[in-house]
Amino acid sequence: MKRNLQLFLAATTALGLATAGSAMAEPRTDLTLGMSIEPSGLDPTAAAPVAIGQVVWQNLFEGLVTIDEDGEVEPELATSWEISEDGLTYTFDLRDGVSFQNGQPFNAETAKFTIDRIIAPDSINGQKSLYAAIESTEAPDSDTLVLHLSKPSADLLYWLGFPSAVMVEPESAPENATKPVGTGPFEFASWKKGNEVTLTENDDYWGEASKLDKVTFRFIADPQAQAAALTSGGVDAIPEFTAPELVAQFESNNDFDVVIGTTGMEVVAGMNNTKAPFDNVKVRQALMMAIDRQAIIDATNAGYGTPIGSHFSPSDAGFEDLSGVLPYDPAKAKDLLAEAGYPDGFSFTMKVPNRAYAERAAEIMQAYFAQIGVMMTIESSEFPAKWIQDVFKDTNYDMTIIGHAEPLDIGIYARDPYYFNYSSPDFDATMTEIANATTEEERLAAYKKAQEILANDVPALFLYAWPKIGVWKAGLEGLWTNEPVPSNDVTDVYWSE
Amino acid sequence: MRHITRSLAGLILTLLVISFVIFLVMEAVPGDPAEIMLGTSAAPDTLAALREQMGLDQPFFVRYLDWLTGLLQGNLGESYTYRTPVSDLIGERLMVTLPLTGLAVFLSVAISLPLGVLAAARPNGIIDAFASLFAQIGIAVPNFWIGLLLILGIALTLGWFPAGGFPGWEAGFWPALMALILPSVALAIPQAAVLTRVTRAAVIEITNEDFVRTARAKGASPSHALWRHVVPNALIPVVTMLGMQISVLIAGAVLVENVFTLPGMGTLAYQALAQRDLIVIQNVVLFFAAIVMVVNFIVDALYTVLDPRLRTRR
Repeated sequence: MKRNLQLFLAATTALGLATAGSAMAEPRTDLTLGMSIEPSGLDPTAAAPVAIGQVVWQNLFEGLVTIDEDGEVEPELATSWEISEDGLTYTFDLRDGVSFQNGQPFNAETAKFTIDRIIAPDSINGQKSLYAAIESTEAPDSDTLVLHLSKPSADLLYWLGFPSAVMVEPESAPENATKPVGTGPFEFASWKKGNEVTLTENDDYWGEASKLDKVTFRFIADPQAQAAALTSGGVDAIPEFTAPELVAQFESNNDFDVVIGTTGMEVVAGMNNTKAPFDNVKVRQALMMAIDRQAIIDATNAGYGTPIGSHFSPSDAGFEDLSGVLPYDPAKAKDLLAEAGYPDGFSFTMKVPNRAYAERAAEIMQAYFAQIGVMMTIESSEFPAKWIQDVFKDTNYDMTIIGHAEPLDIGIYARDPYYFNYSSPDFDATMTEIANATTEEERLAAYKKAQEILANDVPALFLYAWPKIGVWKAGLEGLWTNEPVPSNDVTDVYWSE
Repeated sequence: MRHITRSLAGLILTLLVISFVIFLVMEAVPGDPAEIMLGTSAAPDTLAALREQMGLDQPFFVRYLDWLTGLLQGNLGESYTYRTPVSDLIGERLMVTLPLTGLAVFLSVAISLPLGVLAAARPNGIIDAFASLFAQIGIAVPNFWIGLLLILGIALTLGWFPAGGFPGWEAGFWPALMALILPSVALAIPQAAVLTRVTRAAVIEITNEDFVRTARAKGASPSHALWRHVVPNALIPVVTMLGMQISVLIAGAVLVENVFTLPGMGTLAYQALAQRDLIVIQNVVLFFAAIVMVVNFIVDALYTVLDPRLRTRR
C-alpha cells in the first residue's frame, strides 16, 4: 500500500515537473529591441529623422504599398493598381475592411487626405519633393484612389512605399508625433522619452496577426552600453549594432546570432564641383584612384561594408558593381594629376562631421592623398547643425564626407541646388528617362546608365555602402537581414524557443 | 526678512540676465532647427512652413518676450522635436536626476567625511596614506570610465545590478533603485576624492587652532575634541564644496548618464543642443542656473546653522 502511494506521488511529481518544464519552454511573446538614436516624434510624415521609420514603419503605420526585404514594391493597403499609358494617371484599388487603431475606417477618403496633406502648399513633409509630380487626387468611390500627375514618375510607386507616405486619418493626424495612429499590426502603448517606446498588439488588424504581443524599442546611444545590454539581457536584439569592433565576441557566442546585411546608406566624400581644382574631372578621378576603399572599410567598420563605385546600394534592385571603374592605383592617380596640370599636387581642407566613421575615414584618406602629393587638412564640423548650414546649404567647402541614408537617392546628383554643385546634362537626361520609363526593365536599365555616368565622372568619391550588423539572441526569427528602407520591421518576428 | 527679500530680488535679476544671455547665444550659434527636423531633402517652402509653425520667423525680441511671459505663467513652451511641453520633459528627467544626485551626494559624504576626519586625526598614518591614494586616483580617473569598469566588473560579471537603462519608478522602488546604484557610485567616487581632501585639510587646520588646545588642556579626550570641537568648525568649507558639487552633478552627469543609458537632465540638454531644440535648451539652461542659485541660497542659510557666530549678525 505504502509502496503504491510512493509510486503514485513520484508519478504525479514527475508529471507536474514535466508540465511545468514545458510551460516554461513556451516561447516568449515579447521583444525588446535596441536602437542607437531616439526618434524625435513618431510621425514619419512630419519629420525626417531615420529613427522615426525605424520604430513605426510597417509596425504601426502602413502605406498604399510597401517595400520588401529585397527592395521590391509589394501591395499593402492598395491591393492592385493601374498606370495609364502616358504614365500620368494612377488608379489604386484599396483594401476592404481596414480600420485605424482608433476605430476610424480606412477608405479612399482617408487615403486622399493623406496624399493631399503631403503635397499641400503648407505641408511640413520633409520628403515632399519626391511626390512633386502628383498634381491632384480623386476618390471616385470609397475603394478607389486616383492620382493625377503633371509629369511621368516611374519611381512614384517606390516613393509611396516610404515611411513619409504612410496612411494617416484626419482626426488623429495632428497628434501623430506623440500618439501615432496607423493601420499596422501594433499600436502605440507608451513613450518614455529618452528611454523607450512600447507597442502592443493591435487586435483588430486586417492581416495576419503577429506572433508577438509586445515590442519595446529601447534607445542606447553608447556602443559599449549596447554590447553590455545584449550580454546582460537588457535587450534581445540590436538590428543595427554600432560597435563593429565588438562583433567578434558575439560571433563566437552560441547564445547570439550575428547577421550581416546591407543598408541603403552610401558613404561618399562629396566635392565642391564648381571650385578648382575639383571642377576638373581628371583631378576627381585621380583622387578616387588614390584611395583603397577596402582599407577604409577595415579601419572604420572593422571590415564590415561593401565598396561601391557609384551612388547606389547593393540592397537596391538594379545595383551594378562599379568599384572596378576607378580602382586603387596610386601611380595612375599621379599621372592623371599631372595630366590635369597638377604634377606637384595641391592642398585643400576637408570639413568632417563629428561622427566616428567620418573622422576615421578622413584620417585614412589624408594618408592616401599624401602619397600622391595632395595635402589635405582636416577640419571638424559639428553635425548636424553646423555641417548642414556650412557645407550643405552654403557649400562653403572643398571636400566633405557623409553617409547618405535615403534609399534610391541617386537622383540627388541631378538636383539643383545641391551641395555637390555638380551638373551633367547627360545625367539629368538619364533621370528623365527613369521617370518616363514604362516598364521595369527600362527603369532598371536607365538606373544602370545613371550609375555608370557617375562612376566615371566621380562628382563625389564613392567609398562604401554601410553594413547592417544585426546581433540578436539565438532563437529569435524573422528579423530582416537587409534594410533597404530605414526600418525595423518586426511584423514577422517570433521566438522559436 | 529684508535680507531674504533682497536675496530673492537678486536671484530673479540674475536669472533674467542669464535668460537673455542664453537667448542671445542660441541666436548666434549656427544651425536651423527646421532643417534638422525635416532633413536635407526638404524643399524651401516646406522649411518655411515649419518655421512659421514653430514661430521661428518672428523677430528676436518678440520671441524673447513671448518666452518670458510664458515663463511667468508657468508655461515653458513645447519642444520642437518631441512636441511635448518642456515642463513635462523636465519633470520626467528629474525623476532620474534628482534621486541619482541625492544618492551620489549621500555616498560621497558617507565615504569622504569619515575618511577625511580619520586621516586628519592621525596625519601620515595608515588611514591618511590610504586617503591620499584614494583622493589621487579618484580625482585623476574620469567618472564615465569608472562607470564602464563597474558595468564590466559588477553588472556583467557578477550580475548583481543591471548593466544600464532605467526601468522607471512604476516598475517598483527596488528595481529602479538598483539601476541607479552603479551610476551613483561612478559619480560619487571622484566627488568623494575631492571632499576627502577638503575635509582632511580643514580638520588639520582647525586642529592646530588655540581653542582646540584649550579644550584638550581642560581635559577633553582626543576623540571628544575631534568630534565635538574640530569637526563642526571644519564643516564650513566642506559644505561650500558640497554645494558646488551638487550643482555640477545635476547638470554634469551627462557622461555617466550616457554610459548607463539613463534618461536624465544631462542627456536631455545634450540631445536638445545637438538638434538645436531651442525651447528645450533655453528652459533647461535656465533651470540649471536656477538650481545653482537655490543651492547657493541654501548653503548660505546653512552657514547660519553651522556657525552660531553668524546668527546674531545683522
